[in-house]
Amino acid sequence: MTRRDRALVTARRGSVLTVIALLGLVGVYVRALAFTPVERTQGLAQKIFYVHAPVAWAALLAFGICGLLSLLYLVLRDRKLDLLAAASAEVGVAFGLVMLITGPLWGKPVWGTWWTWDARLTSTLFTFLLFVGYLVLRGALTDFEVRARFSAVLGVMALVLVPFIHVTVYWFRTLHPDPVVLKPEAPSLPNVMLVTLLTSMAVCTLLYVGFLMQRYGLEVLRDVHEEEAAGGIS
Amino acid sequence: MGASDLLRVTFAVARKDLQVEWRTKTAFVSALVFAVLVLAVLYFARDKTSVGDFDMAPGALWVTFTFAGMLGLNRAFLLERENRALDGLRLTAASPSAIFLGKILGNLVFLGVVELVSLPLFILFYDVPIWRQLPLLIGVVALATIGFVSVGTLLSAMVVRTRFSEVMLPVLLLPFLVPPIVSAVQLTWRILALRPLSELTGWLSLLAAFDIIFFTISLLLFEAILVE
Repeated sequence: MTRRDRALVTARRGSVLTVIALLGLVGVYVRALAFTPVERTQGLAQKIFYVHAPVAWAALLAFGICGLLSLLYLVLRDRKLDLLAAASAEVGVAFGLVMLITGPLWGKPVWGTWWTWDARLTSTLFTFLLFVGYLVLRGALTDFEVRARFSAVLGVMALVLVPFIHVTVYWFRTLHPDPVVLKPEAPSLPNVMLVTLLTSMAVCTLLYVGFLMQRYGLEVLRDVHEEEAAGGIS
Repeated sequence: MGASDLLRVTFAVARKDLQVEWRTKTAFVSALVFAVLVLAVLYFARDKTSVGDFDMAPGALWVTFTFAGMLGLNRAFLLERENRALDGLRLTAASPSAIFLGKILGNLVFLGVVELVSLPLFILFYDVPIWRQLPLLIGVVALATIGFVSVGTLLSAMVVRTRFSEVMLPVLLLPFLVPPIVSAVQLTWRILALRPLSELTGWLSLLAAFDIIFFTISLLLFEAILVE
């Protein structure tokens, strides 16, 4: 099987996973709207939480994986790692965009403001912009080897930077609700809501993997194409 | 290569860069004039009846240094791009670390001089009588500048290889400046307000941690950028 065939298979499997995840997302909507009680103080606006938090999780997962793959690339110098890191960053930016759109939609009715310079909002915004920068840098470099090395360097730096940004802006903290699942004590969310949230997080993770496989397949195909155009052997 | 060799090459690279700059002074004069202009324009960018000079000053100072710094940073590797001078530098068998340290040193001197000249102007323009607090403020400026220049030098070595390096550097660099610049602004207003030292330690340690970590990883990662 050639590289091209393998990439096509990966992309196809990715689209199957994506379809499954999208069906799961429909299930999450149905469960969140029809089978999960309305939150007492926030009302219906709180429903967006079942999309917002899982999407934010998927975005940060994607960025984290991009950073780790970048580090691995610098050690192992394997083309696949670079292409996978690029795919992860792009999917992360897509999820990040959904996160940045759903957040204000929830914030306006509940907090009374679209945006606030709260620690978590600010650090995710900068993380998002950092990875947009990562994609911009990739777009501006043409040579494969140079592009892979430079973007890996940026990916590793980003991985180290994010905790720093978080600490910095944490000292300005304001409104964002405290974590309700991943925290030292038991989750403070009622079970019905927790199940909806966790289902949605699983669905978003699956969606991330589906998108990632498709994007990765596409990256490999593009790479094969560039190599052929340059007269190389695929 | 021993430690003394490393230092020798580091100073040679920095001296070369500064000598090139000294002969024309174009970048220095532009960065300085730019800094003065930003300080002056920012002075008017507010409602003076509700925002006093004092509240405006720390932010204005650091926006100025950030902008002026970014003008200076691109220069270090743009010099090497002309006539493929970087290839020549590589051929001298100088270690990438020495080249990087030399570039950092050159940038530090360049930016340090711009800052030293614009700091008194800042004190005059914004009428902040802090002559006695000046050593502390200079310390903060030095710490923030080291972090800024470490990351900035590394990123500028990458962006000069792209087509739009002038735009690309700020886009990539500004997220990295959030911790040092925010810390520096916080420290500056506390220093100007004559707060006790105990209120400075938190931000100071954040700034120091940023410097140490990013200086180290920039040094380690630079080889991946320079080596063909």
